[in-house]
Amino acid sequence: MALVTQDRASRHAAEPRGTQQVRDPFRPLAYIAAVGIALVTIVPILYVVLGGMRTTADLGARPVGLPQPWTFENYSGVLADERFWRYVLNSTFVAVITVTLTLVVGSMAAFALSRIDFRGREGVFAFFTLGLLFPPSVALLPLYVMIREIGLLDTPWGVALPQVAFGLPTTIIILRPFMRAVPAELEDSAVMDGCTRLGFFWRILLPLSRPALLTVGVLSFVASWNAFIIPLVVLTDANQLTLPLGVQQFAGQYTADTARILAFSAMSMVPALAFFSLAERRIVGGLTGAVKG
Amino acid sequence: MSSVERATGRRVGERSGNRPLPPVRSGRPLVSRKYVEVVLLLAPALALYLLFVMFPVVQAAHFSVYKWNGLEPLTNFVGLENYRKAFHDPIFLKAIGHNAFFIVASLLIQLPLGLSLAFLLNRKMVGRSALRMIVFAPYVLSEVTTGVVWQLLLMPDTLVDSVLKDLGLGGLIQPWLSDLDTVRYTLFVVITWKYIGFAVILFLAGLQGIPQELIEAARIDGANAWQLARKIMLPLLGPTIRIWIFLSIIGSLQLFDIIWVMTLGGPANSSNTMVTYLYDRGFRRTQFGYGSAASVILFVVSFVFALIYQRFVMRRDTEGALTRRVG
Repeated sequence: MALVTQDRASRHAAEPRGTQQVRDPFRPLAYIAAVGIALVTIVPILYVVLGGMRTTADLGARPVGLPQPWTFENYSGVLADERFWRYVLNSTFVAVITVTLTLVVGSMAAFALSRIDFRGREGVFAFFTLGLLFPPSVALLPLYVMIREIGLLDTPWGVALPQVAFGLPTTIIILRPFMRAVPAELEDSAVMDGCTRLGFFWRILLPLSRPALLTVGVLSFVASWNAFIIPLVVLTDANQLTLPLGVQQFAGQYTADTARILAFSAMSMVPALAFFSLAERRIVGGLTGAVKG
Repeated sequence: MSSVERATGRRVGERSGNRPLPPVRSGRPLVSRKYVEVVLLLAPALALYLLFVMFPVVQAAHFSVYKWNGLEPLTNFVGLENYRKAFHDPIFLKAIGHNAFFIVASLLIQLPLGLSLAFLLNRKMVGRSALRMIVFAPYVLSEVTTGVVWQLLLMPDTLVDSVLKDLGLGGLIQPWLSDLDTVRYTLFVVITWKYIGFAVILFLAGLQGIPQELIEAARIDGANAWQLARKIMLPLLGPTIRIWIFLSIIGSLQLFDIIWVMTLGGPANSSNTMVTYLYDRGFRRTQFGYGSAASVILFVVSFVFALIYQRFVMRRDTEGALTRRVG
């Protein structure tokens, strides 16, 4: 495919155009646009963070402006609120189960689908990719009924297990080509040294797949941390809520106290943004990789 | 078959095992051991996938022919009545229309915007990597936080209104989330704010995949920046754009989180989507049978779209995961 398009493109390029210098009339425009985009993205986030340091009265009197007076009461209030920490803990627990199971179950399946030749392999793979069409929202009601039936309502497992299941298509799509690209000679020599197939998987393939596994892990962590719809239907017990549900509840409860909601929202952004700045490369690489297969 | 496949993965199964190579497909005990391993490796994934992803879809079809509140035994069989009801409910039909609105708006606004930003960020400029991170940051914020925050920013006389006034655009101020007509546009802007980073990152990756020699060659032939973008990069970006369109349409069909947080589908159902509608009917009014019928309709729409799109649009893009030919 690449060859064909290349061909087409070079034909375009080959059209005679004279030998004028490359001019770039877009440069100043580019900087203006860049600044504009940065502002549109950053200002709302900054407004939330700084808004948390203002009083609600101050916010009401002057919607836009630096805090006057600066107050850290909202933030210290959130940090002292045991609900906030409970939500964080619940979210962490759900995310840890989700990531662990996704890695274990996903890498096993991807191994079978990439390096063992068995009849129906491509069919099974296609069956998994079909799952990209089924986000949890499609079959929400039966999913809820089933989680209720197996007794997992209001448990972290009731959130984590479906999340793992819905994450499997992407996981397998990322891992399979990666595992497949490991040279066959490596497997052959491992076999010659007396390694079994599963031994090869465990001792050689998994360590070699570390970058892909990291990507999958990071993506499933972010997805789990931000997840809304599955926790929304599975968790109703106030002690079990995850952070997004907690934010929603908090915002509903203190509608009049804007500064406090801003502080709570800002605190809830911290883990996601911190994690993002640490793992940006993985997230970006993973998303683009997943899409390109 | 890809070259990687040909070079590596393909015959691995036959060649491994610590015995001398038997003729293909004759070493019985070896084969059966292989199948035991395959089953063991695939079982957990398949079990979870069937239980939580596939089975509920089948169940939705099953529930959809009953009148059911989700608790009592399934006895009140009503046939296709729920479907008839759905297609005669103006609120549901409007919800479908709203999904269509988000699909069209995304294609008309987000696609050109995402492409321009990607071209912008693809050039050498000061602070490029910082800008990339900034553009992508909203994508990692949770939908709930995004929704809650924007709800506050859009309240009368807070950030958005003040900024508009300061820019001398005070006349544009609307009741952003409470006007029956404005609300969808407002939501669309918030959704764009949240997801444009994904489009940009995707297109950037596509741009970086374009061989540098091509661009050099065009430059030498005298192509200017506009011609480069229009005649070289855009066509070569085709597969990436087609995949983004696919993901965007599927995403617009499934919209729920941000809308639910910001408006609950209101005011007066004016921002309902199919998913907010089915959530409302199912969980708030405990019409599980009827809600399931709505979700079957949503599923059929998504599925038919995906099939058609892959058959006719993404066919040429052999890299696409979903488009990979079976066998």
